[in-house]
Amino acid sequence: MDTNEYLGLFLEESRENLQVLNEGLLSLEQDPENEMALNEIFRAAHTLKGMAATMGFEQITELTHKMENVLGKLRDKELEFSRFISDLLFKCVDALENMVEGISTGNQNEFVIDDLVASLKNLEEGQGQAVEETSQYTVKDELNEYENNLILKGQEQNYHTYKVVVEVSPQCVMKAVRAFMVFKNLEELGEIIKSVPAVQDLEDEKFDREFTLYLLTKENENKIRNAVDKISEISLKQLAEVKIQKEANLPKEKKKTVNQVDSWDKTKIKTMQTVRVDITKLDNLMNLVGELVINKTRLEQIMKTGQVTSLGETVEQIERITSDLQNVVMKVRMVPIEQVFNRFPRMVRDFSKELEKEVELVLEGQETELDRTVIDEISDPLVHLIRNSLDHGLEKPEERLAQGKSRVGTLKLIARQEGNSVLIIVEDDGQGINIEKVKTKAVENGMVTIKELEQMSEKEILDFIFAPGFSTAQQVTDISGRGVGLDVVRAKINSLNGNVFLESQPGIGTKFTIKLPLTLAIIQALLVKVEEEVYAIPLANIDETTLIEEDVIKNVQGQEVMVLRGKVLPLIRLSKVLEVPCTGKCGEELYVVVVRKGEEQIGLVVDELIGQQEIVISSLGKLFSNLPGIAGAAILGDGKVSLILDIGTLF
Amino acid sequence: MEQIQVVAFKLGNEEYAIDVMAVQEIIRPTAITRVPRTKDFYSGVINLRGNVVPIVNLAKRFNLEEVELTEKSRIIILNVNDIRVGITVESVTEVININKDDIETPNLTNVIDEKFIAGVAKYQERLLILLNIEEVLELTEVAQDTEEIKG
Repeated sequence: MDTNEYLGLFLEESRENLQVLNEGLLSLEQDPENEMALNEIFRAAHTLKGMAATMGFEQITELTHKMENVLGKLRDKELEFSRFISDLLFKCVDALENMVEGISTGNQNEFVIDDLVASLKNLEEGQGQAVEETSQYTVKDELNEYENNLILKGQEQNYHTYKVVVEVSPQCVMKAVRAFMVFKNLEELGEIIKSVPAVQDLEDEKFDREFTLYLLTKENENKIRNAVDKISEISLKQLAEVKIQKEANLPKEKKKTVNQVDSWDKTKIKTMQTVRVDITKLDNLMNLVGELVINKTRLEQIMKTGQVTSLGETVEQIERITSDLQNVVMKVRMVPIEQVFNRFPRMVRDFSKELEKEVELVLEGQETELDRTVIDEISDPLVHLIRNSLDHGLEKPEERLAQGKSRVGTLKLIARQEGNSVLIIVEDDGQGINIEKVKTKAVENGMVTIKELEQMSEKEILDFIFAPGFSTAQQVTDISGRGVGLDVVRAKINSLNGNVFLESQPGIGTKFTIKLPLTLAIIQALLVKVEEEVYAIPLANIDETTLIEEDVIKNVQGQEVMVLRGKVLPLIRLSKVLEVPCTGKCGEELYVVVVRKGEEQIGLVVDELIGQQEIVISSLGKLFSNLPGIAGAAILGDGKVSLILDIGTLF
Repeated sequence: MEQIQVVAFKLGNEEYAIDVMAVQEIIRPTAITRVPRTKDFYSGVINLRGNVVPIVNLAKRFNLEEVELTEKSRIIILNVNDIRVGITVESVTEVININKDDIETPNLTNVIDEKFIAGVAKYQERLLILLNIEEVLELTEVAQDTEEIKG
């Protein structure tokens, strides 16, 4: 069976199953009696085993098989769940993850999983607690355990092992035949214990120009050299004796020592490139495209015959179809943020353990949907913020108790949609940010003078922690405090057209809020006219519109306001904030568009309401990126460009 | 002899030239939408076949007297470092080949800021001011900004 075409599927499903394993183990750790979680893990391990076996990944099969045995015993209550077991199982999951990633990056090196397998086996046989694992798994160079043993045994009996690297001349037409002759000649001298690539591949000519053989023989180097040189179109590239030390200090190369930090960095590579789509959505798409094609033919017909009446009808149809099409395609692009949140429980568990802190992670709003492209990018900044909270924010249990807080700290990760944005909040109930420290550090770094500091609001001062190279942590830990930090987070979020806000109260906690656009490229907007210019206001920001007369506007302490149903509404003239050149005509009647910015309501004074329209958001390009108050541009039906207002940053 | 091809255009009383490799196309003036809160030499954005392209008012950029739009006015759409920008000019004269040897470093500074000038080329009896387009469009600053985001 050609398994290559299934490889992608295998990788994706494996990742999913690994995720299930991670999650299940976590909940099992919290509640060892949780049978549902145990069953889930069991199922995931079993599925993984089956898939790996089908695909021929023996190591994964072996490891999952052993895991399954242990899990079975747990299920049958023959073993009791303990920290030791969970740690071991987590290690297995990490190993599996590495193997799966190895496969995906084409790195087919063998991982040594003997230690893990042995530990699992011991567990299974009921001596689990006593076993201490000796080492992390490693990738071996070329020879496996069995081959090493062969060489060792050979050495005892005066056999030498030679590594023979042979090169076939570039003109050679039948490489396989030449390779066969090399085999034949060498086998007269001794035994070939290994061939790279494998014999089968050599026979199929699946090698470039070089291959390597390991020969176990009593003969000396010269004989081997002669045996190879006899064959035409073949040259000996390397001949070296392989010597192996006693088993005790077998040279295990620890090329892939996997520590925790490493495996997290791995997550960066692991960005899935696919979207799974509900088949009904696709059917929907297909239907719409079909209708579109039918209408296209109708249009062609109309073009020929010139019936204007049916033209209107067809255009209406096409309008409906395109907007449906738009909706469906948009929905296909949206994925729940769950995909990103999923791996945080495990991460938080490991970090908090490392930092000797006790943390409860609360996830909310995992079902909030975000555009694919944003989902891919948002993970790193979130990891950063979480690390930050765990490391700098939350205190150790003793410190918390001393301050009269609960022993276990809380880290909240909340996602929710607000208008056209998605908010992601990372909030902890730790010690907060010490503003005095920030001040000292900012002065130290020469970002600000003491005099300037006096003029600054608390918010502005807190903002310094987003500056490059800024860290108030006195101690640099593995997890954070290396000075590369929040500036990167802000840069990343900004590049996604989002924003990061920070609130912090000493002793109470810190709250980071990331605000991201839904990147719905198409939005509903109200077009308004200010003097001669047309602006689009996203409908999501608008509460209502109302017609007023100039004399309704009152002036309170330099701020224009009006009374709307008994409530005072501050007014802002768009012509002023947007510096619209005055054409001199000032109407008696004005329109007020009541918009919402966070909690507050503000009335925007405009000259005319044009109407509601669906607009496609275009970027203003690099030159005009991050203009306050302007979210982008839209090309209207008449071909003119109109600017889209960003209520959040307009005033 | 090594030659470069340039697009020559007029603005005020001078003739300027831009390396043809930086020019994407030349269009007639179209409706420009003003963009608030930008530097004053930007006149706004236009719709170029569905793409939003910023426009630099070159006369303003050079602190020259404003020129009125005429039948001859053009927008030259440039594409430099993957950034698309249009510049408004009084008229486009022609595309010409000039010898690299005929380009001199400028010593006249009376018209526009020296930093905008890459050289002065003699062509027949005319003097063409070769523009340093990166400087004119402030692209060096933009490039730095994007670098930072990547880093």
